[in-house]
Amino acid sequence: MNTTATTTHYPAATTHERAESHTLTVLVDNEPGVLARVIGLFSGRGYNIDSLTVSETEHQKHLSLITIVTTGTPMVIEQIKHQLERLVPVHRVVDLTVTGKAIERELALVKVRGKGEHRVEALRLADAFRARVIDATTESFVFEITGKSDKIDQFVELMLPIGLVDVSRTGVVAIGRGAEAM
Amino acid sequence: MTREMTGAEMVIEALADQGVQHIFGYPGGAVLPIYDALFQQEKVRHILVRHEQGAVHAAEGYARSTGKVGAVLVTSGPGATNAVTGLTDALMDSIPLVCITGQVPTHLIGNDAFQECDTVGITRPCTKHNYLVKRIEDLPRVLHEAFFVAANGRPGPVVVDIPKDIQFAKGTYVGPQNIKHKTYTPRLKADIEKVKAALELMSRAKRPIFYTGGGVINSGTEASHLLRELVKLTGFPITSTLMGLGAFPAANPQWLGMLGMHGTYEANMAMHDCDVMICIGARFDDRITGRLDAFSPGSRKIHIDIDPSSINKNVKVDVGIVGDCGHVIEDLTRLWRAAGVKTDQKALKDWWAQIDKWRARKSLNYRNSSEIIKPQYAIQRLYEATRDKDVYITTEVGQHQMWAAQFFHFQEPNRWMTSGGLGTMGYGLPAAVGVQMAHPKSLVIDIAGEASVQMTMQELSTAVQYRLPIKIFILNNQYMGMVRQWQELLHGNRYSESYSEALPDFVKLADAMHAHGIRCRKPGDLDEAIKEMISIDKPVLFDCVVDQKENCFPMIPSGRAHNEMILGDAAENLDEAITEEGKMMV
Repeated sequence: MNTTATTTHYPAATTHERAESHTLTVLVDNEPGVLARVIGLFSGRGYNIDSLTVSETEHQKHLSLITIVTTGTPMVIEQIKHQLERLVPVHRVVDLTVTGKAIERELALVKVRGKGEHRVEALRLADAFRARVIDATTESFVFEITGKSDKIDQFVELMLPIGLVDVSRTGVVAIGRGAEAM
Repeated sequence: MTREMTGAEMVIEALADQGVQHIFGYPGGAVLPIYDALFQQEKVRHILVRHEQGAVHAAEGYARSTGKVGAVLVTSGPGATNAVTGLTDALMDSIPLVCITGQVPTHLIGNDAFQECDTVGITRPCTKHNYLVKRIEDLPRVLHEAFFVAANGRPGPVVVDIPKDIQFAKGTYVGPQNIKHKTYTPRLKADIEKVKAALELMSRAKRPIFYTGGGVINSGTEASHLLRELVKLTGFPITSTLMGLGAFPAANPQWLGMLGMHGTYEANMAMHDCDVMICIGARFDDRITGRLDAFSPGSRKIHIDIDPSSINKNVKVDVGIVGDCGHVIEDLTRLWRAAGVKTDQKALKDWWAQIDKWRARKSLNYRNSSEIIKPQYAIQRLYEATRDKDVYITTEVGQHQMWAAQFFHFQEPNRWMTSGGLGTMGYGLPAAVGVQMAHPKSLVIDIAGEASVQMTMQELSTAVQYRLPIKIFILNNQYMGMVRQWQELLHGNRYSESYSEALPDFVKLADAMHAHGIRCRKPGDLDEAIKEMISIDKPVLFDCVVDQKENCFPMIPSGRAHNEMILGDAAENLDEAITEEGKMMV
């Protein structure tokens, strides 16, 4: 009984490898509860969700595509992929970060309020970022911007001192380059 | 085969078509139409339990001992929530079940109706899959899919939630032959290149070991036979997890006993020092590995599992093979024979010599007594009294469970029903009910503790009602023994709430419940009492009063490696209370 230094029933956590960010696309049957299954899997097993988007992609076949950006060690990422594949309504899981050459885009709506010089500056920056004005009043604009997440981050950050009011973002959607299907 | 019928009738029809002969359940408002349909037929027999948790455990016992899918029928709300523990237990131990739950009518869902709960929401994380059926057209397909999903791939529990209006609705029944699942197609045959890589590692092994688990049992009796063949062919030692006991016969000299926290010294030392580990249908659970970064540090690891997510989950392996255990073992055996593998006989001889040294340590030894019944002794005598009988063992959870695993030896698969993953106290008694229902002529014994058994005690009533002569063998030490053992090891002997206060008189209790009660206090009376228990053709509650202070050894303490076990005699040396006179090694 001289060997009872720890005070838990369980083995200590092992030291982790470096966490990396991965983008997964998950093709699922569009049935009730499928998103809850995916989210429940992440929360129940303690995985991270950095971004999640979901929408029906093929109405006739009742298929939806979920795009998830997550962070974890390579072992955890592999686990996430296998755990997702294990869900009954999941057709296929593709790790776009591993397959490489994927395109990632996000759309954001950005509301900015201001007068005078601020309005001019906002429009000038919007032009530089290829953001479109989709609503305007005498004291506000709503911009629509698409691009990689870091581009949107940057745009939002620049709008902050000018008079940022609200931001609404879709989260990341992604697709592989080239002729191949997922 | 298509016919018009109500949803409730479809449920019965689908159960019968899926080969269900017994269903364990409890009626209630939201399943009354199904109970009415049950009443009017003779294909499926219903067993009325006393609590829904008992229904699920009974179905688990039934499934585990037969290899079939267990079936459960409960009502909405509390019926479903009471089933949750059993469902989680079945998920953790990969037991195939279909649990049909009633639900309030579709138009009331979400209205906080009487006995409404979000059954699919609550059971989503504790089932392999679940369904809420909102259209009668979907019901036959969903029912058959549920059985397919429960039984195929890594088995598990599936819930089908059926609102009451769907049970009344009329529709067209479709038989199982027309159902093919569109997404769920688990892989049975493994990638042959991976199997060859495993063979290569095995053929060059100097210190190999087989580490097998419940997956072999789930794969069917044929897998167990194939395993025996492969182990004999290779000449390698074999150990198994708690869930895998019986897949390989304990009487065989290549058997090292169970591994893990309360496994044998030889099994754990061999796991620690091996150079090639062949894991078949086990999952590197924390009770097996101990400290992960010190787990079998020098070995190349092969992992065979039907569930890809089991591979590289806790332990990084060198060869991960996704496939059904039985199929992969068959491939391995075939390739081994075809290649005419010559193993390193010299190295294997040395390895066995080392294992024999570990064995000589006799890690399961304990000091027997002529005054007081030692729990280990009780199980040994129970084993001796039943070894030539057709016997099935279930257990509750705790010290008695570990002693049963150590001292009751299994020669065949499907004979050992225990709650491994979830560790559910109260599993054994209802599980025994299920096993006895499936095997009416066999001897079914629940090895229990006095604390665990009180959790689902009411199922004794079920056993009496259906004349199921189960034997409940209680090792009564008046403590939640495993809790107390941990309090001794980790919490300075402060026995916080672990004493079994105000215990019932189990003999009188048995009498009151129309069962038979036996009490035994002396080692000398034990054999006679066990004989009496076996001879009685009705449920028996056996109160075996054992040493209150006995602890379960050997043991890998928390956060330690396999080669840092505490052995029983080392622990006993610290215990002055045990006298030398009582020392009698068995």
